[in-house]
Amino acid sequence: MPEQHKLILKHADSPGYTPDIECYVRHGGYEALKKALGTAPRELPDGKKLSAQEVVREDVKASGLRGRGGAGFSAGLKWSFVDRRSGKPIYLICNADESEPGTFKDRQIIHKDPHQLVEGMIISCWANDVKLAYIYIRGEMPHGARLLEKALAEARAKNFLGKNILGTGYDLEIYVHRGAGAYICGEETGLIESLEGKRAYPRIKPPYFPAVLGLYMCPTIVNNVETLCHVKHIVTMGPAEYAKLGTPNNTGTRIVSLSGDVQKPGYFEIEVGKVTLGQLIFDANFGGGLKPGRSLKAIIPGGSSSKVLKAGEVFKLNRKGADGQMTKVDVPLLDLPYDFDSLQGAGTMSGSGAIIVMDDSRSMVDTLANLSEFYAHESCGQCTPCREGSLWMAKGLHRLAHGDGRKQDVEYLSHIAQNIQGRTICAFGEAAAWPVLSFVKKFKDEFVARGEADEAAKSAGPSRELKLAASPNPH
Amino acid sequence: MSNAATTAPAPAAPPPVEKIRIKVDGRDVEVPKLLPNWQGKLEPTTMLQAIQIAGGEVPHYCYHPKLPVAGNCRMCLVEFGTPMIGPDRKPVLNEDGSPKIAKSVLPYEPSTPRGAIACATPISPGMELYPNSPATKQMREAVLESLLINHPLDCPICDQAGECKLQEYSVQHGQATSRFVEAKVHKPKAVDLGPRIVLDDERCVLCTRCIRFSKDIAGDDALGIVNRGSYNTIAAWKEGAFDNNYTLNTVDLCPVGALTSKDFRFKMRVWFLKETKSVCTSCGTGCNITVGSREGAIHRYEPRENDAVNGPWMCDAGRLNYKWVAREDRLKDVLIRGAKAGWNTALKEISAKLAAAPQGSVALIASARQTTEELFLLGKLARKLGALTDSVPRLGEGDRLLVNVDKNPNMNGAWLTGVAAVPAAGGRLGLIAEAIRSGQVRTLIVFGEDVTKCGIGTDLLAKLETLIVSDILPSATTATATYLLPGCAHAEKRGTFVNAKGRVQKFMKAVEPKGDARAEWEFLHELVHNVTGQNGFSTIEGLFNQMAAEVPAFSGLEWAKLGDTGVTVQI
Repeated sequence: MPEQHKLILKHADSPGYTPDIECYVRHGGYEALKKALGTAPRELPDGKKLSAQEVVREDVKASGLRGRGGAGFSAGLKWSFVDRRSGKPIYLICNADESEPGTFKDRQIIHKDPHQLVEGMIISCWANDVKLAYIYIRGEMPHGARLLEKALAEARAKNFLGKNILGTGYDLEIYVHRGAGAYICGEETGLIESLEGKRAYPRIKPPYFPAVLGLYMCPTIVNNVETLCHVKHIVTMGPAEYAKLGTPNNTGTRIVSLSGDVQKPGYFEIEVGKVTLGQLIFDANFGGGLKPGRSLKAIIPGGSSSKVLKAGEVFKLNRKGADGQMTKVDVPLLDLPYDFDSLQGAGTMSGSGAIIVMDDSRSMVDTLANLSEFYAHESCGQCTPCREGSLWMAKGLHRLAHGDGRKQDVEYLSHIAQNIQGRTICAFGEAAAWPVLSFVKKFKDEFVARGEADEAAKSAGPSRELKLAASPNPH
Repeated sequence: MSNAATTAPAPAAPPPVEKIRIKVDGRDVEVPKLLPNWQGKLEPTTMLQAIQIAGGEVPHYCYHPKLPVAGNCRMCLVEFGTPMIGPDRKPVLNEDGSPKIAKSVLPYEPSTPRGAIACATPISPGMELYPNSPATKQMREAVLESLLINHPLDCPICDQAGECKLQEYSVQHGQATSRFVEAKVHKPKAVDLGPRIVLDDERCVLCTRCIRFSKDIAGDDALGIVNRGSYNTIAAWKEGAFDNNYTLNTVDLCPVGALTSKDFRFKMRVWFLKETKSVCTSCGTGCNITVGSREGAIHRYEPRENDAVNGPWMCDAGRLNYKWVAREDRLKDVLIRGAKAGWNTALKEISAKLAAAPQGSVALIASARQTTEELFLLGKLARKLGALTDSVPRLGEGDRLLVNVDKNPNMNGAWLTGVAAVPAAGGRLGLIAEAIRSGQVRTLIVFGEDVTKCGIGTDLLAKLETLIVSDILPSATTATATYLLPGCAHAEKRGTFVNAKGRVQKFMKAVEPKGDARAEWEFLHELVHNVTGQNGFSTIEGLFNQMAAEVPAFSGLEWAKLGDTGVTVQI
């Protein structure tokens, strides 16, 4: 039976483990930083010399670490895009604006083991010649912000942070910045705008790629909390050892947030790809199965913006056979390994690692209406398709969910969604469109039935009272 | 005459422009690799610029060539493709040897075309742009549909009707029906944004042109967006706080009827307005304007783009400075000693008096608000009479953007024609006053100025034998005139001004003069002919060309060659 593999959360939930620096150091804290700072320059076979910092950057690339925030992009590659010749300062920002519905992993780290994040950040900053870094934490986590402030003060007092860190001559300052509570601040360029004191309007790319024109128009790295923590472990273990965790191209561990209709919702740290969706839901080590008498209806596999998967779906995935040849293999939903590539192969994504399970008691119409209301409320409103489309979908779904549906609402909704995806400034457009597109496609019968029932009831007589509640996000 | 040379030295031969070859709708086009951005700085050429060079058009709301790029309206989304590169890093070729083009598609749905915003996406060699493909058209249609779902569709009572991009693009790129069956979002109406601007938030398409203009051009970060998503609303930081001298430019910039001018709104349907190319007279900058008039009445000034002068902007003070043209107390009659007379009688009498006047017994005070041609004729007259001449300085506050400290629109014209004192206009006014007091000057000619406000009081005027005055509005000087000749506002005649930087700019006639008023150059031409015996030109074109032949600074100029945006001369 698969088990959790606790790397990031190794100590967090141990009895007596506290978020202060003494406890962290007792458990081997800041040893990775010392190791990193003592890295020896390396000469490559081709005679090229790598500085100590370049060695760590190469190690992160070699570890195969992929971003844990949502897109699953290679962290080492992201670092390699940084413009190091501009002469401008390089900034690093920790994205702690964890707000994807269903996701509650970063806050475990921040609340229970903040020094792990701080250490990961200091190493990452040093490796990238960063002198000033920020932790952008969402406004709804005030306690986390206080804990981080305290952790930074403790690290400063012990000279892990500040001037001349551990006598190496390296200076680094990290500040905590609290957001004011908007989902869009998790989008990296929206976050940067917000950090600059502006409205969190995501920037257009090109030209504003953070690696070149980020914070204050300087090269900037934005990494997720969990991603930065992994850097510490890559330094401790070495990239080769780290890459043995998980599966090829999906290395390491990741924290999965499991919620919805399972017996035992919670967060679980797994080796990426070593546990299947079915095991995560049904095994006693994880979700512990559905509620009694219920059957599985749908899974949202990577945060609310990922495309929904329907119970019973079978996917064609590329698999490397024993002979090294790629072949298409049928993989049923519950046998999908929980990793980046398999879920992408299934037409969705592992996103922020948040799995939302729905059993047969759930109405897909009501669920989608709820999700769409969230996206309508959180659309920043900068660009037209998302600004107008997200509320349009939410209003249509609200109507459908409250007794005023139409047969054609399925086509209506998917047309609106199609006119958003791929046409917006940031990925929020997809985040708003994908749930709608996938729900109405995979559960079409349920949506059509609702519309037909409403139409039938309407034609039956005018006396029927509409159950219209207040419209979404009344202003 | 000022010797300050403001014209740049002749530029060196421009370096060869590097070109990129691309395809627009299947046609080969060569475009420069770099083109000026909104600040005039060279940057990689965008798809939008390339398509414009190819003779195409890309509809857009938020993009404006003189504002930082925002990329938010998505109206300029264009389908495109780039040459495929093989694993060997070499271009992949079709069977006929042409490069294989990979059309941009959604990464997660390779069957769906994906556009790029033409306003912000640079072109690359071999790129293919499809500004008229079905996919591009569908993307535009979808953006328009989105912009219209919450729009109030109140065109019949909207001031922008007739010059509205939402209307125009709906005709060109939109659909006839709407699928929207939900309740519309409601937003604030008739918001008092500032002393000159009213905002209808429901009509707003949130392109943020007004915000960017205020922040990045006017330097007044007064506007922003409040609320979120579909409820986004443009607002001033405090109600009524949008108050700098450039606010009305946002009305021009607003592609829809959201921002309207308190001065102009509800006064006139724009399609009835006659548009006349003109120049603002409020200061020495000489912003190019379009006069909007109907049936002899001016209804608005709008800036007319001229990158050598004002770009696409003008100040609020200048824009609203048109109402005096229609003032009730405009001088409409020729008066001889206060009695109504005809032009013929007056000009005959004046001619006779001037012809008989001994050398040095006449002085002339002109106005730097007159046209160069008029000043040229006055200068001729003065030389014949050996008259002392000067004009009246009019200095005030300037700013870093457009407003010049010199409030005369044609100070350089007055200098170049030799009428105004150098180095400072007004330097000879004291001499003239003294000459009147001493009795040396018996006749004073005043054009367009109230000399009682510059040291020549009514007591001095009373000492004169003859006071010949031409003006537009009444003053203490016009009240004591022996001969009063009603003149024209610039909008009622043609002519040129030379702005503070030496730009010779012509303006055209928008409306008819009031009453018996005549363009000054017309009757001056007669007067000069009578007094000097020289023949002149009775058309403004001929007069200008004659002036160009006689005044060294204008050497080589021709009326026809001034074009709509003028020519810079050495001052």
